[in-house]
Order: sequence, then C-alpha cells, then structure tokens
Amino acid sequence: MKKNLITSVLMTIATTILLGIVYPLLVTALAQVIFPKQANGQLIPGNGKAIGSRIIGQGFSAAKYFHSRPSAAGNGYDAANSGGSNFGPTNQKLIDRVKGDVASAQSQNSGTSVPIDLVTTSASGFDPHITPAAAEYQLARIARERNATVDQLRVLLGKHTEGRQWGILGEPRVNVLELNLELDEQFPMNRQAKAQ
Amino acid sequence: MTANGWFQIFLFFGLVLLVTKPIGVFMTRVFNRERTFMDPVLRPIERLLYRVTGVDEEHEMRWTEYAISMLLFSLVSMIALYLMERLQGYLPFNPQKLGAVNPSALAFNTAASFTTNTNWQNYSGETTMSYFTQMAGLAYHNFMSAAVGIALAIAFIRGIARRQMETIGNFWVDLVRCNLWILLPACILGALVLVSQGVVQNLKPYDTVKLVEPMQVQKIGPGGKPVVDARGKPVMDTVTEQTIAQGPVASQEIIKELGTNGGGFFNANSAHPFENPTPLSNLIELVSIFAIGSGLTYTLGRMTGSQRHGWAVWSAMSILFFAGVTAAYWAEARGNPLLAGTDQKVSVLQPGGNMEGKEVRFGIANTALWATVTTDASCGAINGWHDSFTPLGGLVPLANIMLSEVVFGGVGAGMYGMLIYIVLAVFIAGLMVGRTPEYLGKKVEAYDVKMAMLVVLVFPLVILIFSAISVVAGFGTSSILNPGPHGLSEVIYAFTSQAGNNGSALAGLTTNTPWYNIAGAVTMLVGRFLMIIPALAIAGNLAAKKYVPPSLGTFPVTTPLFTVLLIAVILIVGALTFFPALSLGPILEHLLMAAGKTF
Repeated sequence: MKKNLITSVLMTIATTILLGIVYPLLVTALAQVIFPKQANGQLIPGNGKAIGSRIIGQGFSAAKYFHSRPSAAGNGYDAANSGGSNFGPTNQKLIDRVKGDVASAQSQNSGTSVPIDLVTTSASGFDPHITPAAAEYQLARIARERNATVDQLRVLLGKHTEGRQWGILGEPRVNVLELNLELDEQFPMNRQAKAQ
Repeated sequence: MTANGWFQIFLFFGLVLLVTKPIGVFMTRVFNRERTFMDPVLRPIERLLYRVTGVDEEHEMRWTEYAISMLLFSLVSMIALYLMERLQGYLPFNPQKLGAVNPSALAFNTAASFTTNTNWQNYSGETTMSYFTQMAGLAYHNFMSAAVGIALAIAFIRGIARRQMETIGNFWVDLVRCNLWILLPACILGALVLVSQGVVQNLKPYDTVKLVEPMQVQKIGPGGKPVVDARGKPVMDTVTEQTIAQGPVASQEIIKELGTNGGGFFNANSAHPFENPTPLSNLIELVSIFAIGSGLTYTLGRMTGSQRHGWAVWSAMSILFFAGVTAAYWAEARGNPLLAGTDQKVSVLQPGGNMEGKEVRFGIANTALWATVTTDASCGAINGWHDSFTPLGGLVPLANIMLSEVVFGGVGAGMYGMLIYIVLAVFIAGLMVGRTPEYLGKKVEAYDVKMAMLVVLVFPLVILIFSAISVVAGFGTSSILNPGPHGLSEVIYAFTSQAGNNGSALAGLTTNTPWYNIAGAVTMLVGRFLMIIPALAIAGNLAAKKYVPPSLGTFPVTTPLFTVLLIAVILIVGALTFFPALSLGPILEHLLMAAGKTF
C-alpha cells in the first residue's frame, strides 16, 4: 500500500513531464516547422493588421455582402467565446427567432422559402460557411447592390464553392469571408461614383 | 437522407473494420510483453520510468492490489489536477493571464471529470484554462484515464484467459506500456495529420483581427444582462474587432478522440473550426473514437483463444451502432416542422434538415453519425449541439449512454462493460437450459453474477436519484434552459452522461452551480470506480477458477444466436430501467412537436 502510494506520486510527476509537457511541446515544434500556416490559424493579412482567419467566420448583415449564419457565440461571432444557442426544437424562443430572421431574409431577397442554414445558428458560433443554396438565394440582391449581373456573380460564387473533400466527404459549402473579400475587390461599391 | 450520406457512414465503418485486427494484434503483443518493432526506442524509456518510480516489472498483482494501485494513482493524479487548476495563475504558458479556476467546486468537478475519463465540462476552455492546465492537466489526464481503462479491460481479459492463477498482471506495467506503445506514438502522428487540415498548434496569445464589416451588437452590461435605454430598447454597440482564441489544440484533440475522453479545448468542442476544420479531420477523429474499442474485441478473442467469440461480440456492437445511426440520421434529416418559411428539403445545393446547432461542412449525415459514435463510445466530444437535435435525434445519444456505452465503448470501459453483459447473457442462457452457466471454460457462479448485478444496479440508481432531486428542487430546476419535456431531458441527460463517464451534454442546462458541480462530481466518481471494482473482482475470481472443457451442453459464445441473445440482454436491461424516463422526455416531446405544440 505504502509502496504503491509512493509509486503513484512519482508516476504522476514523471508521466506529467513526459505526456503533459514534452509531448505537446514536441508536437508544437514539429507543427510550426512542417505546417506553420495551419498551426497558427490561417490568418489573412491586411493593412498592418490581419483581417480574419480563413476558417473562422465573421458576421455579415449589410445588404451588399453575402450574409453569414446567425451566431450564438458571445455577442455574435465572438471567436474567443464559442458556442451554440442550445435551444431545443420546441422552444418558443427558437421559433420566434427563426420567424424574425425568415421575415427579414424574405423582405431583402426573393420572398421564397429561406434555406435552413441561413436562419439557424451554427454549432461553433462562427461557421465559416453557408450552403450553396444559401448563397444562390442571395445572388439577386447582391447583383442589385453591386451593379453586377447574376451571371458574373455566379462565376465568382463557383470559384468560392468547395465541393465535398475528395468528392465524397462532408457537404458542399461556400466560404463567406473569402467570397465577400473578393466581392469587394472585383465589384467595389464606389465603382459607379468613380465613373461619374 | 442521401446516398452520399450513407456512403460516408459506410466508409467510416469500413475504416473501423479495417483497423480492428491490426490494433487488436498489436495490443495483444504489447500487453503480453512480446517484442514489437518500437522496442529499441521505447524499452529504454520504459525501464527509466520504472527505475525512477520504483516499479518492479516482474511483480504480478492479485486483483485487490491491482485495484488499490489504480485507486491510489487516480486519487493522486486527481489532486494534482485540482492544484494545477487553482494555481494556474502562477504557472507558465498562460499568455491570456487567466486566474485560478473558480469556484473551487468547479475545479473539483473538473478534476473528477478528467480523472474518470468523463470530460464533463462546466467551463469554457478558452475563457477558463491556461495553456499549461490544458496540456499538463487536462490533456495529460486524457492519456492517463484512457490508459487506466485499457489496463482494466486487459486485466479482465486475463482473468478469463488464466487458469487457477491468483494474479491478473501488474497495473503499473499495463499503464506505462499502454501509454508508450499505443497512445503516444499514435498521437504524435495523428496530431500532425490534424494540423495539416488546419487544427491549430501554438502557444501564442489570442489574435485580434479587424472585422471586414463592423457589427452592431447588443451592449452587455456587468452581470451579463443586455443594457436597455429608458424606453426599454436595447442599447447597441459597434464591434470592429474579433478576438480569435488559439492554443496547443492538435496535441489534445487527437488524444481526446483516441482515448474516448471528449473534453474540448474550446467550448464548441469538435464543432470549432480550430478543432475540426475539414470533413477529413472529422473522419479521422471519428475513426479514432472507435479504433481502440473495436481493436479490443480482437484482443479479447486472441487472448482468450477464441477469435470467433471476439467477432461475435464485435457483431453485437455493430448491429447496435447501425440501429442508432439510422434513427439519428433519419430524425435529423426530417428537420423541424415548427420552423415555417424555411426550406429544409435536401437538394444538390444543401443537405436540408435540422441545421440548428450544426456546421455546414458536416451537414446532417456527419453530425448524426458523430452524435451516435460519441455516445456509443464514452467519448462525449461533439461536432453539433445535442440540445438542438430533434426529440428522436436526441433520444439516440441519450439511449446509447443508458445502454452503458458498450457499443465499442470507452477505451477499456466499453470492453469491461460488455463483459459484464456477457456474464449476464450466459447466466440467462444457463437458466433457460437449467445448467450452471460457463463462459469460455469458466463456470459463472453466484459471486460473479452478484458482482455483475452490482454494476447493473449502481448505474441507474445514481442517475435516477440525482435526476429526481434536480427536477423537484429549486436549485436543480433553475438551471434548465428549455422548458417543457425538453427540460427533463436536459437533466436526465446530464446525470446519465456523467454516470456513464461520457461527458456530452444537452448543454442548455447551466451546470456551473454548487449543486450540479458537486452532485455531478459524485456521479462521475461513482460511475467510474463502482463499475471498475466489481469488474476487477469478477476478473480475479475467474482467474482463480479451473478450466472446464466445453461439452455438448455448453452454450456456445461464438454463434449468431449468442450475438442476438447478448443484444437482447443489453436492450432489455436498458429498456426496463429507463423507458419511463425516456417516455416523459424525448418521446413526449416528439409527440407534442408533431402536434405543433411549443414551450
């Protein structure tokens, strides 16, 4: 009993050093050398300061941008406070929230049924993606706002639509942040103002 | 449901089948202390560890010494984790300057949670735990609690395989060899593969980025309540920056799945893009959850000299897995009929279905699959919120845990849980033909069945008692987020998950309260150690018995008939115990939802 107690203490110390400190530091060193971009969160460089991470979503609600999904992370898209709404399917608060978002989406777009991902909160609270259906749903609005044709935008959308990984895994999806960044580049809002 | 969705589910399962034999054979070699190709590197480290900790590797233990060593080690390492949480403000690798984990009941709950392989979390990782606590405290316990579970399963299997022997192995040797030969090499490799997909691995402070579109959000005052103006309208705030939490995630992510621990580095667990960025990382993590549990069925067959018995057990697990995933996928794909004006139909452009609390890259199939896998095994990691599942979709994870997580199960825990059910199954078969039951040449007698029944009874007892208190006392009901039958489900799920050492939650329930912290910690400790001790007692008792050669009257444990009987015993025990609770929770909610009732 006493011998096993001493072994317990020594084993805790020795294995904590090996598995709790040496192992993660070794993996960190290897990761930083082999995959430096991925290991650091794939930040997108901007003017002096990064403007986001490729794989962390941002909130978009202006008419000129493709909208991202509603968020329950902190105050919305808080990437230091991940989480979902946790509303159950029969919770009146869920029904009311979706009702409000459906009404606003229908008034801004064509008025038909809204693709479900566009009015439901994601699990992380900063899902970087929307479905191709949700992007398609917003095309006419963006074309109007950006003074572009739907066909021009569809080309852009195609470029930012990821198919299933290896053609099999996961679901087709559109990266909202990258799509909107290129939207600003190719169809800037002040294009007309400049021309006049 | 789509053809591609089913294809992904079968692909996942095919990979599990593929790794079962290699892992099973390798584990047998490791625990029989045979030579492996890694010996030149690992033997010196192993010997060094024994030297500094005073372990005699030739010493064999009776089941009592094995149990005491395991309990002492769990106690000491649990205290170490508690102290680490409370003192993290003074420890290194803390760029966010996070203070002590408060209150002490939360630190205690977390220490109990990670020591018992539960990884129930009453905190959010990114706002509570320093990188040091995550690495040396939480991830460390992910290794250790997994290795303890596997060691115990191996000890149980030795108990069946050995004849007229007093001992079942050496706890310290099993613990060390499991970590060095199995978990550590797999994790170094797996972590790097996950990093390649975008799982972060760094020690830097959180990043701040400038948002492309500034957001208008409700201003939150002190105390977490939205600030309102004189007319009661919410005051808005403009947010121009986004803080992105970072950390040494990949090294913890892989052991979290491989060791069926499940505690997320971040609050959103494997739904967080930094924990699970792509469908491929999702597949790797899913296979990791089942890999060792499935391999152990092969080890069971190999060590007991009856490979066909190993596959018979594996088949029972597989059938239960497919039943669960079919129900969950079907229910989630059908969506929520109460959400008017939404398009939930599946098309080439969207998976449709119930997308509340799910990520687009995983869609319906992969989220339903994950929920089934994480609760078949006692993992508890999530890639979508179970609380927002449809009633029947959410019933699947809950029912899986109620069946004691024996479908591949927690590493080790699933195997010894299943062995308990096997003892019951052969006992019932023996009753039907009126003979003393035998299991692989060992007579199963009163002592073994009593111990097995202890395990079967403790589990529902602790769940139902604590749930009952929580739904009548104010300190229990005030934590419920979702009203109606769903609220009852939240409470029952919480105690079921903790008793089963799963760790997933219907997370709307606010559990960082004195009651849920303490009652939860007690539930987890009971759920772990009051299962292990009777299981070890059976192992010790079986090891000492004589071998009885099979005769014509022996009930064979290698046939489809045995598989069916085993499934029946699991389902009957589970249903008899929990059906009333399930019918008042998820089943009632399903009926009311179909009738258009909301709460």
